[in-house]
Amino acid sequence: MNTTIMLFLLQDGITNGAIYALLGLALVLVFAVTRVILIPQGEFVTYGALTYASLASGQMPGTAKLALAMGIAACAFDLFVARKALHGRLILRSVLANIVLPAAVLALTIYFAAQKPPVAVCIALSLVIVAMIGLYLYRVAFQPLAHTSVLVLLIASVGTHLALQGLGLLFFGAEGQRGPAVLSGAFTAGSLRFTGQSLTVYGITIAFIVGLWLFFGLTLYGKALRATAVNRLGARLAGIRTTLSGQIAFLLASVIGALSGIMIVPITTLYYDSGFLIGLKGFVAAIIGGLVSYPLTAVAALFVGTVEAFSSFYASNYKEVIVFMLLIPVLLLRSLAAPAVEEEKD
Amino acid sequence: MSALLSVTDAHVAYGKVEAVRSVSLQVGQNEIVTIVGANGAGKTTLLSAIMGVLPLKGRVAFAGQDLAQLDIEDRVAMGLGLVPEHRELFVTMNVEDNLELGAFRIERSRAKASIERIYAQFPRLKERRKQLAGTLSGGEQQMLAMGRALMGEPKLLMLDEPSLGLAPIIVADIFRIVSELKASGVSVLLVEQNAQAALKIADRAYVMELGEFVLSGKASDIAANERVAASYLGFQHEGESAI
Repeated sequence: MNTTIMLFLLQDGITNGAIYALLGLALVLVFAVTRVILIPQGEFVTYGALTYASLASGQMPGTAKLALAMGIAACAFDLFVARKALHGRLILRSVLANIVLPAAVLALTIYFAAQKPPVAVCIALSLVIVAMIGLYLYRVAFQPLAHTSVLVLLIASVGTHLALQGLGLLFFGAEGQRGPAVLSGAFTAGSLRFTGQSLTVYGITIAFIVGLWLFFGLTLYGKALRATAVNRLGARLAGIRTTLSGQIAFLLASVIGALSGIMIVPITTLYYDSGFLIGLKGFVAAIIGGLVSYPLTAVAALFVGTVEAFSSFYASNYKEVIVFMLLIPVLLLRSLAAPAVEEEKD
Repeated sequence: MSALLSVTDAHVAYGKVEAVRSVSLQVGQNEIVTIVGANGAGKTTLLSAIMGVLPLKGRVAFAGQDLAQLDIEDRVAMGLGLVPEHRELFVTMNVEDNLELGAFRIERSRAKASIERIYAQFPRLKERRKQLAGTLSGGEQQMLAMGRALMGEPKLLMLDEPSLGLAPIIVADIFRIVSELKASGVSVLLVEQNAQAALKIADRAYVMELGEFVLSGKASDIAANERVAASYLGFQHEGESAI
């Protein structure tokens, strides 16, 4: 191997690793706040990517309709739970957030899909659609189970993953799609060639990490989210609703997922089921970070990306195997270092 | 004057075991009420159930409103506060963030003013404002837990064993602050094993044994009661049995 190839693989690894880092951070966040191991994170990636690609090629993405359908279900849940103490403001708020909003977005999507909108519009619409799906998914599938054990939440998580993947096949078909680059053009520095897309990936990843850091460190809602993660009962006693924290966590996770998808789909062809594997690699990074440490997760993600790039060069048939095998020594080490933990009692 | 908090015929059970049986209590405006009793009498359980942490059978009304349908967060918004036995602080966050979050539901401008008031009340917290809550001493943690609860501007603050495991000098400090709360218009429902100190600052008291109230009345009368004195105040009258 010469230096050029090595640098090229490293660059490739870091580009992928940046995306795994975002996904890993989202997984850690959602787990810390809601105790949900977010398997459908991968579907947020595919939905974001394929919604973007469909819109860019002038097709109507089915995800916009799904958002409305899930919104209606979320609204029904809200009204059912509050049935004993219904009042006008609550109904109005629920209908606005769960039905009017996705309906308006659906109308916009239908309008724009017909006329091959510019890249910025495609990105904005895709992000909003997937964000709504994430939010309603929490309301419908996880909020009612919030008090149950991690295992029950995991089963629900697997269930929603399978359902969303099936719907993905329905909406986008079995064919793979590719989207237009967010930033076209390229330049060469020494023997390395940087494409606009890879620079976009670095830029957005760094911006997002800095943004998250500011959000958690400086804003009241960010602190409330951390508080819920640190001590659920303490947060409730301070008047912070667990459901609010859960909503924010899912919103962030779905936006991060969709954004990752939009960044990948100009580089790689994505299929309705590609998200799962991408999400799993973020998961490997999150596990290396112990599902608690954000910086460790980010570093681990870059490592996962790099290992993937090198193994696809040396043993491309085994590249997934090699990446997932990273988990075994990590889990072994962690099990030796950590004291035995009992499943929390409910 | 109607009571601020009124609990009628409350039962709290863990599965089939009833930890609190048929308890009724009232806390008025500007009143310090204490519940004394031995370890395991059901005091903590009762406070948790009033706050909505545990399910309660019976009626709980706060400021004239029935709490049955309300979550913990709604009760906090109504002005009911609990400083739990284990304090439940945000240990990986600093003192100031903990306090700020206590005022999550309060207007930002008012919260800024409250934080200064809390610092005046607990100067130690001001010194440690940038320190992580988990690195504070037990007494400081207790002060922080009380400060955080007060940031939510409660009308009634429920304190669960605030003196547990603290040095006597800090206990005195905590009890001084509790009696100051009354002067600032906050009612207090205080659960304590340190009955002597609690009865000194309380207006009224309930004595709890095995999940039931066995005595109630003015704190001074309870403190003078021989049976209470023997069981909870550590005075063993000669020739008498403990109970």
